[in-house]
Amino acid sequence: MTRLARVLPAVVLGIVLLVAWEVWVEVGRVATYLLPKPSAIGEQLDVQRDVILDAARMTGANALFGLLLGSVAGIVMALAASRWSVFREMLAPVAAAANALPLIAVTPVLNNAISNTSQTPRRLVVALVVFFPVFINLLRGLSEVEATHLELMRSYAASPKAVALKVRLPGALPHLVTGLKIAAPLAVITALVAEYFGGPQGGLGYFIASNAAQTRTAQAWAHVTAACLLGLTFFLAAIALERVAMPWRARRDGSLA
Amino acid sequence: MTDTSTDPAGTAEERPDDQHRSAAVVVEGVSKVFGTPKRGQVHALDDVSLTVAPGELVSLIGPSGCGKSTLLRIIGDLIEPTAGSVVVNGKPAHRARLDNDYGMAFQQAGLFDWRTVSRNVELPLELQGVSKAERGARAAEALELVKLGDFAGNHPWELSGGMQQRVAIARALVTRPGLLLMDEPFGALDEMTREHMQAELQRIRSELGTSVVFVTHSIPEAVYLADRVVVMSPRPGRITDVVDVDLGPDRTDETRTDPSFFERVTEVRAALRGIERAERDAGRDPDLDVPHQQGDGW
Repeated sequence: MTRLARVLPAVVLGIVLLVAWEVWVEVGRVATYLLPKPSAIGEQLDVQRDVILDAARMTGANALFGLLLGSVAGIVMALAASRWSVFREMLAPVAAAANALPLIAVTPVLNNAISNTSQTPRRLVVALVVFFPVFINLLRGLSEVEATHLELMRSYAASPKAVALKVRLPGALPHLVTGLKIAAPLAVITALVAEYFGGPQGGLGYFIASNAAQTRTAQAWAHVTAACLLGLTFFLAAIALERVAMPWRARRDGSLA
Repeated sequence: MTDTSTDPAGTAEERPDDQHRSAAVVVEGVSKVFGTPKRGQVHALDDVSLTVAPGELVSLIGPSGCGKSTLLRIIGDLIEPTAGSVVVNGKPAHRARLDNDYGMAFQQAGLFDWRTVSRNVELPLELQGVSKAERGARAAEALELVKLGDFAGNHPWELSGGMQQRVAIARALVTRPGLLLMDEPFGALDEMTREHMQAELQRIRSELGTSVVFVTHSIPEAVYLADRVVVMSPRPGRITDVVDVDLGPDRTDETRTDPSFFERVTEVRAALRGIERAERDAGRDPDLDVPHQQGDGW
């Protein structure tokens, strides 16, 4: 099957849904201030293009900074936790528990604690949220080494350093990428929602909230559309990273998941 | 082992010391107990002795839990015996492992996905600090031996299961060891591939004169490959029978239809049946497995 033939069903479904939505609103089953027509949203995307692009840039930058910071922290901590069991015993349960908390809720607190006028609190929240999937997945990858590989290295009388560099670290790479694939869209969602909780004006989340509050529904939806595209961009970037780092996995699975 | 003290001539090759020096593997009185007295112990091996002559292929066969894999790992110094001694290539097993005196292959090919076929085969040489040019040349040579010369640049995931196992064998042979330790290397392959791999192993072995200790579940495989089939029984693991296979050094597809091949298969099967019956009479579950020890930590 060619690539086109594979994406075609999804594209067709998307178009059918959009047309159905348009017709549904057009025949007056829903008030346009509740649900605007897709064509109206498209029009707003064009009219507000500069505003939307600026907003997307701000939100995207926050997501990217937070993603990088959180990932680096997650990687460093996972390496330490897998290397020294003292760290693992301290960190792993805390990480698992903290992962279940709605970390985004600390945004207003960070706004007060750090600064209400800078992007730093938003970036820190993103970093905090991103940290856990990266940390937990990489830690699992570092701890789960194939028994055959370890026996093989032992039969070669390989040094601990050689085992780390030639088996453990490259073997953990797929798990790290899995963590990043979860973390990338999460970074965008978090950056977006963090804008709902005050801080400097601007960003896609800020405009979605303020337009919705003033029932400028089509404008709000235009920003939502842009937010979807931004999240998708991050996710596709993570998949591209996977293709580059691990061609064998992309080959074997051949899917987006 | 024969008692040589009564031999008045005392010929050199029959003195025990020389036998130690010339044999590929000498296992003497090896026992292995897993676990601690408090948490329950498993006697994986009890007083096992076995000598493998240079160039000889010995199959280890027996029901699950008979300790055949444990014995193989003790020979390779992956596990320490509780009692007894192991000499490989005239050295203590530990020294032999440090000197890379043997190559090893497992049921899983255990190839590294992120390395090409050639770089997988080069790994043991890389760890020995062999120069890059020589590594490449010797990997090419080893891959030629398993007839995968054309796949050096491919990645493992592009190969079939049988081809991956051949790469694993090339990797085990690349250091030119005198001894191969194989733990059910063809166990995960389909029957046709399996027979093909057995023939390949025979060819390689007669080309290189490598000694092999081969753990298997399959009776025909054990007989087809081996000069001697060692039958083991569980709880505690020990050697109950040794069947000499007098099929000559050249085994072909015709060997599989040879009447004396069937005789040996029947002999091994009878030995295994006896073990199974004894197990059931003792009221034990013949499928219980011995816990496997695994190393971890960097």
